[in-house]
Amino acid sequence: MDQGFNRRQFLLSTAGVAAGLALPASPLFAQSNRKIRIGLMLPYTGTYASLGNAITNGFKLAVEESGGKLGGMDIEYFTVDDESDPAKAPENANKLVKRDKVDVLIGTVHSGVALAMARVARETNTLLIVPNAGADEITGPLCAPNIFRTSFSSWQPSYAMGNVMAERKHKTVVTLSWKYAFGEQSVAGFKEAFEKAGGKVVKEMYLPFPNVEFQPYLTEIAALKPDAVFVFFSGGGAVKFVKDYATAGLRTSIPLYGPGFLTDGTLEAQGEAAEGLLTTLHYADNLDFPKSKSFKAAYFKAFKVQPDVFAVQGYDAAQLFGAGLAGVKGDVGKRAELIKAMESATIDSPRGAFTLSKAHNPVQDIYLRKVEGKENKLVSVAAKALADPARGCRM
Amino acid sequence: MDFSTFLIQLLNALQYGLLLFLVASGLTLVFGIMGIINLAHGSFYMMGAYMAFSLTSLTGNLLIAVVLGVALSALIGFLLEWGLFSRLYKRDHLDQVLLTYGLILMFEETRSLIVGDDVHGVPIPELLSASIQLSETLSYPVYRLFMSAVCIALAIGMYWLIRRTRLGMMIRAGSSNREMVQALGINIDLIYRLVFALGVTLAAFAGMLAAPVSSVYPGMGNQVLIICFVVVVIGGVGSVWGALVAALLIGLADTFGKVIIPDYAGLTVYILMAAVLLWRPEGIFRRI
Repeated sequence: MDQGFNRRQFLLSTAGVAAGLALPASPLFAQSNRKIRIGLMLPYTGTYASLGNAITNGFKLAVEESGGKLGGMDIEYFTVDDESDPAKAPENANKLVKRDKVDVLIGTVHSGVALAMARVARETNTLLIVPNAGADEITGPLCAPNIFRTSFSSWQPSYAMGNVMAERKHKTVVTLSWKYAFGEQSVAGFKEAFEKAGGKVVKEMYLPFPNVEFQPYLTEIAALKPDAVFVFFSGGGAVKFVKDYATAGLRTSIPLYGPGFLTDGTLEAQGEAAEGLLTTLHYADNLDFPKSKSFKAAYFKAFKVQPDVFAVQGYDAAQLFGAGLAGVKGDVGKRAELIKAMESATIDSPRGAFTLSKAHNPVQDIYLRKVEGKENKLVSVAAKALADPARGCRM
Repeated sequence: MDFSTFLIQLLNALQYGLLLFLVASGLTLVFGIMGIINLAHGSFYMMGAYMAFSLTSLTGNLLIAVVLGVALSALIGFLLEWGLFSRLYKRDHLDQVLLTYGLILMFEETRSLIVGDDVHGVPIPELLSASIQLSETLSYPVYRLFMSAVCIALAIGMYWLIRRTRLGMMIRAGSSNREMVQALGINIDLIYRLVFALGVTLAAFAGMLAAPVSSVYPGMGNQVLIICFVVVVIGGVGSVWGALVAALLIGLADTFGKVIIPDYAGLTVYILMAAVLLWRPEGIFRRI
């Protein structure tokens, strides 16, 4: 006990000295040649590590393409691994905001962590750009002038899928998802569109996250014999579900649909079982826009891997912030003008150009994609310029 | 639920329970006989699954991968006991928790460095890739039935080893009185090392066997760890039979919980655990 206490005291005092030494130096730079401080709070370890890396790569590629600067300003990165752990999120976000005094927070993948970041951003009035997490609340009840998102809301791809499945003459559908916010919001978005178009969700099934013992549900689906099945899963769970669904022989009799996360970044592991699956997302692997092609080529050249939707979202986060900075000629002190410039920007994204809704969520096309030979190939536009309803947002 | 659906769900429950037993049996052995709380048990499961993936990609054959993987896991278990765990028998449980938690982090990081953070699939061997048509819409993969058969065979094998062989006798004796067994001229250190290696191998083997149906992904070990401890607690610490009965009970509770009370599916297993603990605080079976 005693020893620990002493050591802590020692650490505190040395930290104090270090901070004291460091502080006087920074105002000198702040005057004239100030660098823009960017706080990247993303998962670099754990299940979502590859997503965090893709977002970072995309962000840095956009910066590289504008000559290592954003909006004509030199930038400096501060990085924190959020470990996809919501419990550590407030502390991690505060580290970047209070200790590193970042001008903008970029993050993150996990919705729970992103919600905590949104709260910190609201409290400290820090600019926040969310490059993935889909929680509807971020651009719903938690929306704020300083909070932006360059990815999607959970509602968007699922709502589009509801219409697609109704158009494909499916009348009865069983849904299955993990029982957590993102899964429930996905199912709710789907149900809203599908039932409005005259379909019926005969049973909603949820299993505890991150349980992957699907066999009882597959048996239940086979007994219920719906026209189609709508699921939300991602990562390892998505791989296992798609394979289990195929080996249970259901694939040929009851078609399977879901938001694009079912088949994004998982196709290599799913193999033949995923072939032909239809999913909806705001990106497809073979989009025909000039920007999509140049982005794919540049990304592959820089990182030697094909970009995915997460890299696109990171790339657009940098583009969005760059548009804001350009609008105020790099003077981040002009907060209102900066936000105005970001709000009114049209982002030339590899997914197709998009603008932002009043709640700062992308107004974007949602694509229907089909799995063909390890790629999510574009079939059609499932929903044109789809805007999230931003329920609960007062702004 | 009509009768045929009920039967299929029963099959699902048995199959899940048997696989749980396979993973948890190693934990209960190490816990019961050596008194080690091994939080890294889930990591051995993950290690096995990743071995199945890497070795199958290298050799192109799951069977060869499993044979190599089992040998490798036994070796790793042997070395871990020799280098780390043998120092822990006289120490507090808290020290064991600290060491094995550290091992979880090291295994995860090693996995990340060697194989990366992507999700991978392991193909089901050609011979077992067929499915049996059970109802008009549902078929059952032969590989899952094969898994269950292997689990049953291993359960019988373990019973035979512990109850019917000289080595099993020494293991049982060693778990009740280490010093006395030593005094009788038996090399108890070697026996402990073998038991630990067996525990690691069982977990890794379960990972290899499950890899084709569960796929291979980061953090998969931590998912099975908690349920394994539940198996051990319900079954009674150190009892292999207890682990079998507990795993089957959990399989039933989980499967039918998901179907009958889907909103509380996450709770059924823990309600079962609480009920068993109220009825028999030491678990269903006591000791080996």
